[in-house]
Amino acid sequence: MSFPWAKEYTPTTDLGQWMDKQLPLPRFIYNSVGAGYPAPRNLNYMWNFGSLAGLFLVVQIVTGIILAMHYAANANIAFDSVEHIMRDVNSGWMIRYAHANGASFFFIAIYLHIGRGLFYGSYKAPREMLWLLGVVIYLLAMATAFMGYVLPWGQMSFWGAKVITGLFEAIPLVGKPIQELLLGGFAPDNAALNRFFSLHYLLPFVIAGVVIMHIWALHIPGSNNPTGVDVKGPQDTVPFHPYYTAKDGWTIGLALIFFTALMFFLPNALGHADNYIPANPLSTPAHIVPEWYFWPWYAILRAFTFDFLFIPAKLLGVLAMFSAILVWFFLPWLDKSPVRSGNFRPKFKIFFGILVIDVLILGYCGGAPAEEPFVMISQLAAAYYFAHFLIILPLLSRMEKPEPLPNSITESVTGKPLNTAS
Amino acid sequence: MATVETADTAVAEEGGVRRRDFINIAAVSFAGAGAVATVFPLVNQMNPSADVLALSSIEVDISAIETGQAIKTSWRKQPIFIRNLTEAEIAEANAVDAAGLRDPESLADRTTPGKENWLITLGVCTHLGCVPLGAAQGEIKGEFGGYFCPCHGSHYDTAARIRKGPAPTNLVVPEHEFLSDTVVKIG
Repeated sequence: MSFPWAKEYTPTTDLGQWMDKQLPLPRFIYNSVGAGYPAPRNLNYMWNFGSLAGLFLVVQIVTGIILAMHYAANANIAFDSVEHIMRDVNSGWMIRYAHANGASFFFIAIYLHIGRGLFYGSYKAPREMLWLLGVVIYLLAMATAFMGYVLPWGQMSFWGAKVITGLFEAIPLVGKPIQELLLGGFAPDNAALNRFFSLHYLLPFVIAGVVIMHIWALHIPGSNNPTGVDVKGPQDTVPFHPYYTAKDGWTIGLALIFFTALMFFLPNALGHADNYIPANPLSTPAHIVPEWYFWPWYAILRAFTFDFLFIPAKLLGVLAMFSAILVWFFLPWLDKSPVRSGNFRPKFKIFFGILVIDVLILGYCGGAPAEEPFVMISQLAAAYYFAHFLIILPLLSRMEKPEPLPNSITESVTGKPLNTAS
Repeated sequence: MATVETADTAVAEEGGVRRRDFINIAAVSFAGAGAVATVFPLVNQMNPSADVLALSSIEVDISAIETGQAIKTSWRKQPIFIRNLTEAEIAEANAVDAAGLRDPESLADRTTPGKENWLITLGVCTHLGCVPLGAAQGEIKGEFGGYFCPCHGSHYDTAARIRKGPAPTNLVVPEHEFLSDTVVKIG
């Protein structure tokens, strides 16, 4: 219950009342996504990507469980078992393509969801815990996607596993033993494949658990909104059902159209052709690149080509890549501005736009080969990325003069003052 | 409460049904149809895959099987008994009145006309699916000289019909045809 005027769940049937006494699950659902959750009346379409991320998580879990029924996690036959899914299993090609492209759609949804939070100050008080849990979900999703990509045991799978576990080698003193511990060997092989399969199966359920906590943490302060102004009365909200269930339903339909279009007409457009070559420990592909959703972080990793004081370049790259995401954990305390929404922060708006372009540039460089001019551009873009969070945001919150905020959500929508008497 | 209900959507038409009720039902039905269509391939994937179905028929060369011998082979990952019956075994099977059996079938029902000596059955006891003895040299053939399943004591006669014990039906004769005198296709 986020607001005192939220509609109370009142079961009308005998069964409903009995259920409500024994295990109030219907009440829980009603209060989470039903009429029992009053949401701000002015949410724009940027607020639809949370439900889409949830939808694609479900798609991934369903298709993933099915794929696991046919896949064999053994280095000798993993690649062939994927081909068996593609050629022999009824609708197997469709289920595998749904899983491969569903990962991309999950990340599209989650990136837009994160970007929405960054712009509208959704990470600020009283929603810090909500934001922190969101970052945890993102980190878990990264780990899950990486391990899933290894399973087909193609060239990109193998060398991706080798390169990413090789990052841990950069840790001073204990790096090498840690890498061997992670792989269960000196290079990716059966042991690594088996544990990646096990963890790839486990982690999505951990994600689902954190998602539940994420929604729980959302429902205590209630949703943020495009004005960033707190909800002040019943008129500022509408019941989640039917208003936002219908709105979410509409974008779910839209997303599924794009998703199926990609799945049926361009199923390999986002993949890398090299992963259709079986893993070969003795030959490296010309360009080892991750899937598109990791390109920005990959660019930051590769930007550090120089040693700094006593820290070798390899370690710097690893530290920078992890810091690029870990910095999000500190965001609620780096951005001190009392104004939540970027709509009322003229300078912030400009810098936010630059940050989006910066991340897109990083993404392009991450997908490009590691040669000039991309290395140089990566270095500049990576420097700006960190400057945005560590320098620009803290300074902005002190120097910027925000525009006047509306008195209430209702006033910003209708132009008439909120009638607090009702 | 701030609502966006306007007069024309909230107006009850004939019989108290609103436009919105129709739209609700139509939308939910459409989504339901989509969900059902999606579930079909997600369930169908559990059916036998193409590589499994590809193994559903085999060709066996039976030229080496002497009279009185039997071989075991494998079809759909299950044992198959191919038995070349002796004159005595054929006579023994035909001497029994099929009508009195638990699963009434004559030897002629269970073999190909003109090739009555070739008894081809699944080597799977119809009781609980164990593999009966009697096909290989020296195995116990049971009280009726056919096959014997020691697990729960089912006795089959020379036509592989159940005669004693818990099994409900005769050993299954799979669909088969003789492509020539020496090659039989099963499945």
